[in-house]
Amino acid sequence: MAKTIASYFDELRGTRVWRSVFRSGTGSSTLHRALAVQQNVFLHLFSTKVRTRMLSFSTTWYLGTLTFGTFLLLVVTGIPLMFYYHPSVPQAYADTKDLEFVVSSGLFLRNLHRWSAHAMVFLVFAHMFKVFYRGAYRPPREFNWVIGVILLLITLLLSYTGYLLPWDQLAFWAITVGSNIASAVPVMGNKVHFLMLGGNVVNANALLRFYVLHCMILPLVAILFVAVHFWRIRKDGGLYSHQSEPQTVTAGPVPAAAKGGQFQ
Amino acid sequence: MPEEKNNTPAETGKDFNRRDFFVKLGLGSLSIAAAGTAAFSYQFLSPNVLYEPSPIVNAGRPENYAVDSVTIDVNSGIYLVHAQEGFFALSAVCTHLGCLTAWKPELGIIACPCHGSKFKRDGEKIEGPAPKPLPWLQTWISDEGDLMVDRSITIRSMQFVRV
Repeated sequence: MAKTIASYFDELRGTRVWRSVFRSGTGSSTLHRALAVQQNVFLHLFSTKVRTRMLSFSTTWYLGTLTFGTFLLLVVTGIPLMFYYHPSVPQAYADTKDLEFVVSSGLFLRNLHRWSAHAMVFLVFAHMFKVFYRGAYRPPREFNWVIGVILLLITLLLSYTGYLLPWDQLAFWAITVGSNIASAVPVMGNKVHFLMLGGNVVNANALLRFYVLHCMILPLVAILFVAVHFWRIRKDGGLYSHQSEPQTVTAGPVPAAAKGGQFQ
Repeated sequence: MPEEKNNTPAETGKDFNRRDFFVKLGLGSLSIAAAGTAAFSYQFLSPNVLYEPSPIVNAGRPENYAVDSVTIDVNSGIYLVHAQEGFFALSAVCTHLGCLTAWKPELGIIACPCHGSKFKRDGEKIEGPAPKPLPWLQTWISDEGDLMVDRSITIRSMQFVRV
């Protein structure tokens, strides 16, 4: 009997090494498929079962997934850029030029990073509008809406901190204007401005602070909240669908049956 | 356990028992530690030494500035104005959001390229979103006879320096 590619995969999935990593085992029963999701550290954030309708394009336009896709693209392109970029006043602008004209594929990576950043800001807003107009922010999903607002702010801060890094005239004056807006905060405005820039003017300290925020702190915070955002989809009863919601929302504790099945 | 029984409020008649005391003590110490960490973090993030350009600028010999001239120094962000009444220095940094303004000799005004604020030569606002006039800066003649400007000290307007 000729062996098919599928049978090779089945054989692979039966090996001891494979079984030690993926414990759900071979087979394609509903239980095995559910276990494959439930026992994976990344996938277990999601529901083990979803309705086919929920995965159709018209339900969500895939805007959340596309946003996450641009985020991954930004991480993947941003890390190689860090190998050539020094966050210091004499070097930052020259390094940006080098990335464009000297480094192999530097222009491609930098432009991919830049366009993905623009796309991510656009997609975050599009996702927010889609959720709003579908009414998917309503209970029991109101907390996930709040997480979404935090993620919107993190996205904007990532965009803003990244804007300074090329250290050109556009960057310098944009951050000068932006940080002066921050000093309009009542009472402690000047302190906020001073802490943000690490000084009174946009200079070496500001460049380094924005670099650390852009490459380290904000992405980590973003990953944390993205994980909570995804997990809450499952906990709040899966993706919102108008047809699947109860006709009336009752106050008080939700009956156990309405919370969904075992796999929620 | 009999020991625990003795500590219940009902039997001892006290407001809280030993466990509550230790819980409060622990939470209290953690709060103090958190407040201390916040204070130390704030201090850590505020630089004590700044390697920024000195606020005092040497603008050179007064005779380099013709009467009725307005000269910008883009590096220090100041205008050196030689008016009929004497010299004065004006901050060139827009009071709106900190952009560097520009002297328009053909119009005789100072204009900000960012959001369109316009000022007279003496710093007074003509139009635009700027909330305040451009401030006058402390100006004096050094012992060597050079014009000196301290950008960190603003003075009342119309205080001219005569040579």
